[in-house]
Amino acid sequence: MASKRPEHQGPPDIFYNEEEARKYSQNTHIIDVQTKLSERAIELLNLPDEESCLVLDIGCGSGLSGEVLTELGHQWIGLDISQAMLDVAQERESEGDLILGDIGYGMPFRAGSFDGAISISALQWLCQADKSYHNPVKRLYKFFSTLYSCLARGARAVLQFYPETPNQVDMITQQAMKAGFTGGLVVDYPNSTRAKKMFLCLFAGGQVQQLPKGLTGEEGSEEIPSQARFDRERQRYKNLRGKSLKKSRTWIMEKKERWRNKGRDVRPDSKYTARKRPKAF
Amino acid sequence: MKLITHNMLTSNILKGVTRGFPLKIKADKMEHISVDYNRDFIARIIPRIEYDALRAAVNDLGLNESLPEAMSETLQQDDEFLKTMHKVLLEYEVEEGELICPETGRKFPISKGIPNMLLQETEVS
Repeated sequence: MASKRPEHQGPPDIFYNEEEARKYSQNTHIIDVQTKLSERAIELLNLPDEESCLVLDIGCGSGLSGEVLTELGHQWIGLDISQAMLDVAQERESEGDLILGDIGYGMPFRAGSFDGAISISALQWLCQADKSYHNPVKRLYKFFSTLYSCLARGARAVLQFYPETPNQVDMITQQAMKAGFTGGLVVDYPNSTRAKKMFLCLFAGGQVQQLPKGLTGEEGSEEIPSQARFDRERQRYKNLRGKSLKKSRTWIMEKKERWRNKGRDVRPDSKYTARKRPKAF
Repeated sequence: MKLITHNMLTSNILKGVTRGFPLKIKADKMEHISVDYNRDFIARIIPRIEYDALRAAVNDLGLNESLPEAMSETLQQDDEFLKTMHKVLLEYEVEEGELICPETGRKFPISKGIPNMLLQETEVS
């Protein structure tokens, strides 16, 4: 599995060639995933309502995340290392302004330029040493420190990324904190390997802000009792070791809960859940 | 590249450059693309614009726009001025040309409207 990761196949400016870039304008699955991630990232960005802001898109690629920003009425400037991806962005007539650059060298912007910054699936590239002189820790620090200065005070940066190991998460968060950011990691659907998404939600100074909560897929459902229930009822199925009897109501409820935690689409519980169908006559 | 981007860009990622602003701008090819006017955005962004740098850029590019010599609080409410700013910041696109670092003279080419800010390893600060 690990060898499937694009970061392992080459540096980003080489990996995202014309062929790879074309996928980002034609493959509806990729477009759908990227759009959903961007929507969530912008939601976490918490920009003022009904106002159009200037947002920096780090690793903008073919401008899919930018399109979401444009739809919401924001202006954006995008930075990416791949010429082929930026060409696709221009073909798609993205409204934002594009810049070719390496985020590991720092953000080439004046202090306090942006109301916020988003980045979709780009940060993990910085953890690779693609050239002999690359030092991931130094590049990350350079990235975060220059990002901090180009954001307005109190602005947020929301960076979605796919870490390869828990060490990478530590390395990234440490460098962000060292650069002066507060905030931390927001994890959506933590119980599912497939739907799990990580967002590094950073605050550039200003007032102390509350870190938003990750989605778990059970928003709006009743509270789960925090304490275990004890009763004297005799355990009928001792050999099941805490598992409920298959096809029983509790078993079905447990399974539904498990699927909800994975972020899948599950019908709501009702009094009809797990009820037997009437016998046909 | 729009002039709003030029107004934010610096070359301070270069080794030894402290400010790197404003970048000198040269254009071989320009375009004018009309963009929907959004008064709120312009009013919001104006305090963040380095006005002198913008005027210098308009001058360098030889644009036929009259920007008043100095900006004031009252001007920021003036619709006529906001419209001119909108046009200057968002509608003019530099398609081909170059940006020049004011401190080192390093040139960053602009091709197909995209400035190339990639560096050689020896230039990185």
